Amino acid sequence: MCLAVPGRIVKIQGDEPFRRNGRVDFGGVLREVNLACVPEAREGDYVLVHVGLALSVLDEEEAREVFEALRRIEAAEETESPETQGEVR
Amino acid sequence: MKFVDEYREAGPSREYARRIAQICTRPWTIMEVCGGQTHSIIRFGIDQLLPSSVTLLHGPGCPVCVTPLELVEKAIEIASRPEVVFCSFGDMLRVPGRRRDLLAVKAQGGDVRMVYSPLDALKIARANPTREVVFFAVGFETTAPANALAVYQAAQEGIRNFSILVSHVRVPPALEAILSEPENRVQGFLAAGHVCTVMGYREYEPIAARWKVPIVVTGFEPMDILQGLYLCISDLEGGRHTVQNQYSRAVREEGNRVAQELIGDVFQIVPRKWRGIGEIAQSGLGLREEYSLFDAELRFGVTDRTVEEPAECRSGLVLRGVIRPPDCASFGTDCTPEHPLGATMVSSEGACAAYYRYRAGASEHEGSKA
Repeated sequence: MCLAVPGRIVKIQGDEPFRRNGRVDFGGVLREVNLACVPEAREGDYVLVHVGLALSVLDEEEAREVFEALRRIEAAEETESPETQGEVR
Repeated sequence: MKFVDEYREAGPSREYARRIAQICTRPWTIMEVCGGQTHSIIRFGIDQLLPSSVTLLHGPGCPVCVTPLELVEKAIEIASRPEVVFCSFGDMLRVPGRRRDLLAVKAQGGDVRMVYSPLDALKIARANPTREVVFFAVGFETTAPANALAVYQAAQEGIRNFSILVSHVRVPPALEAILSEPENRVQGFLAAGHVCTVMGYREYEPIAARWKVPIVVTGFEPMDILQGLYLCISDLEGGRHTVQNQYSRAVREEGNRVAQELIGDVFQIVPRKWRGIGEIAQSGLGLREEYSLFDAELRFGVTDRTVEEPAECRSGLVLRGVIRPPDCASFGTDCTPEHPLGATMVSSEGACAAYYRYRAGASEHEGSKA
């Protein structure tokens, strides 16, 4: 139920606060999405969409964190300093 | 698909599982709060990658599953009225009421429609001014902004033939209810990532501190869940109980302010009954007085209906993490997705449905894990 799907904003229409809409591309499927809750979203951004409403703009840099944390764990093991394991910003 | 596929790669997922096994020196019991996470865990076999000392319990984070029978009965009563177009997310249509479900109402001539969004229900109301359009507003904090926006827009436009049947629930009071049970076994939580995109995670700090449980805001892909478990177990092994954010690509500490304002404008915190758990103080959202015109319970006079929960379904124990689906005698025999006894077997995110779909006939895995 709390399923939310990431998609890329192709086009933004309307600037009235609660009616700002975007055409969002979900892996080739286009849908109208309400952008009222993500005023910072721009065309080209990826948003997380739940029941037709975008809830969050995805952060590309943070998206790599899952993999970088794993690399830090590996590096920490090599230098044998377990304090830094799994550290999250 | 970007932001999905890369988090499903087997290599790094196995590496996280290996690291978990490496740091794990004692048995730990961790609950994933959200039904979407349960679904992912069972679908991708994440539980089977973990060392046998880690037990995952499946939490109450499935709104369809926790909506009490009473509200399902109210929905059926409203949907049966000739003037009503009853709109709902698909999962709710098959939840058994006392004698029938919403799909049966449709089969018997009721105008029951499956919609993708409450905003679509509002469109139906605009297009059909002579009909009463009702939306079954179930959901956690994730769904609250969309439901609030639908009501807000209806009020702005003066749309009078739209109302919502509210069954909104909140995560933090449910976690406290689970932790305060005498039979509680949960030592750490994977918090529901999408709830936190809306609410942020500051409200989990006092819970982690009071009950000394680590809480990790976690996403839904295999890599997310494995990293969430790694962080949670690191905390448990180190005797810490912090709140951490694994799902930082989508969740900010303060959450989504605009969404929170929308929720606060339209809804207020109320006590709510959870299926199989009972009433939990401050665990729900109800419409504010100013929006009572849009309250379907008031509009159709069903506020005072009360219904006892059926005794044969043990979903309450599943939802509180006391038992797992295969532990129930009815699982897969008297209770299947075609003939469900309760909502946990209906909803695609219900723990019982997830086990039935991905582990049918696989009870030997359970035996080896338990």
